[in-house]
Amino acid sequence: MSAYIASLVSVIGINLILALGLNIITGFCGQVSLGHAAFYGLGAYTAAYLAKLGAPLPLTLLAGTAMAGAIGIVVGLTSLRVRHDFLAVTTMGIGFVFLGFVRKQKWLGGELGISGIPGPGLDAVPYALLIAAFAMAVAALSLWIKLSWMGFTFDAVADDEDAARTVGVNVSTYKLTAFGIGTALAGTAGGLYVYFARIILPDTFDFVQSIAVLTMVVIGGTGSVWGVFASTIALTLLPEVSRAAADYRLLIFGAMLMLVMRFSPGGLAGLVHRRRPA
Amino acid sequence: MSTLGRIDDLHISFGGVAAANGVSFSVERGELLALIGPNGAGKTTVLRMVAGILRPDRGRVFFDDHDVTALPAHARVRRGLGFTHQIVRPFYGFSTIENVMLAAGHDRTASPWRAIAGRSRTKARQKAQAFLDRFGLGAQAEQSPRTLPLGQRKRLEVARAIALEPKLLLLDEPLAGLSSVEALAVADLIRALPGQGVTIVLVEHNLSEVLRVADRLVVLDAGKVLAEGAPADVMARADVRQAYTGVL
Repeated sequence: MSAYIASLVSVIGINLILALGLNIITGFCGQVSLGHAAFYGLGAYTAAYLAKLGAPLPLTLLAGTAMAGAIGIVVGLTSLRVRHDFLAVTTMGIGFVFLGFVRKQKWLGGELGISGIPGPGLDAVPYALLIAAFAMAVAALSLWIKLSWMGFTFDAVADDEDAARTVGVNVSTYKLTAFGIGTALAGTAGGLYVYFARIILPDTFDFVQSIAVLTMVVIGGTGSVWGVFASTIALTLLPEVSRAAADYRLLIFGAMLMLVMRFSPGGLAGLVHRRRPA
Repeated sequence: MSTLGRIDDLHISFGGVAAANGVSFSVERGELLALIGPNGAGKTTVLRMVAGILRPDRGRVFFDDHDVTALPAHARVRRGLGFTHQIVRPFYGFSTIENVMLAAGHDRTASPWRAIAGRSRTKARQKAQAFLDRFGLGAQAEQSPRTLPLGQRKRLEVARAIALEPKLLLLDEPLAGLSSVEALAVADLIRALPGQGVTIVLVEHNLSEVLRVADRLVVLDAGKVLAEGAPADVMARADVRQAYTGVL
């Protein structure tokens, strides 16, 4: 595996963890989040800060995951009060609050972020394989959740919260669980990114990143693990195979979002299901 | 008979207008109690306070020897106090049997930890199929609730509530919008429930069906209990007839 392929595998793996995590919140449980990058950033900043203090990789990764998950649950509390478009605006605000905060913190490097982060103790190829293993584990976890009673209950909450209460479902607990798992996974992705990039800048975790991850979920088909898996790989590779696609990445993502919403709201997975005989 | 549920002095106002103004009554184990009254009497409001969907401004709700006033609706459901909505609320993304399966597997969904630990839906599917058969929906198991006519959707709503194995079920106008033939059939299904161990509190406008199936009536008028007792005795009262003038 060349260094280029290793870096590609690493980026795909990190994006998979991000998108599959958001898919648990938005796809499984029906809670729109436009601030996923903030949790990615929380994990990254926590891991980077601790790594510079000399903490080993497992500890920094765990701390990044825990920090993002804990703040994610707090943000998830807003989902108990507001629904749909209001939740979308609230989560978008969380993203801006996060960026506004880290940019002004001297101890977090301000606008310049954190650099000089120690390596993971692994060469590029083994580290890429480690990230890939994490991504596969997250895919397996997603599939397990989807097929378990938790997935069944998430579907019910996403379908009709009031009806879910009628069958004894504690809607608040399930929503917070979805937020907790999804944002914790974003924290894991952030921690893994830190050792891959060795430098973190606030702009890496901006609104555009949140939208990019949401695009991967929506194009794959919200709620479909394999659809999101495939679209994340395709959308990550797209700028690599075409220079033009890299330059016009945002434009292409935006156009794809509009086309999917117009012609196949179920995303790629929706197209596949439609062709299946009933 | 022993008392299964009791409400004590329930008050609630909306925008300064009292919808329930000191409502108290009890429901005995194994009976079919109908809550009736003219439009705007506060029947649905009282039912929703018993279910935990609305919080009373004052008063208490007791169920199965416990004060459940502070419990949210889902927690009351888990204690055996079930309810159905006036306008049917199936999960439209699920098939008919999946709607009932989620209720039949209620022990699995009690907490996210329990829910993530289990995958097998075989038992819940078998139980759900039995409930659907009992409510005459066996052949519609794999259909979407969208394809079911209103009468069958009402049956689905009751089947799903019964799959939770409640001790007390609150039914909010289960016959509304049904033809007289469908209403008769659904009322018969409801009439059979107390014999199967489910106590019923029924809010219903269809007086002829109510008088046919109810063991006891509580009449509400303007947010207060006007009368309660055996259907024939209650309906013979002049004040009840007065409240219903123009309706009967």
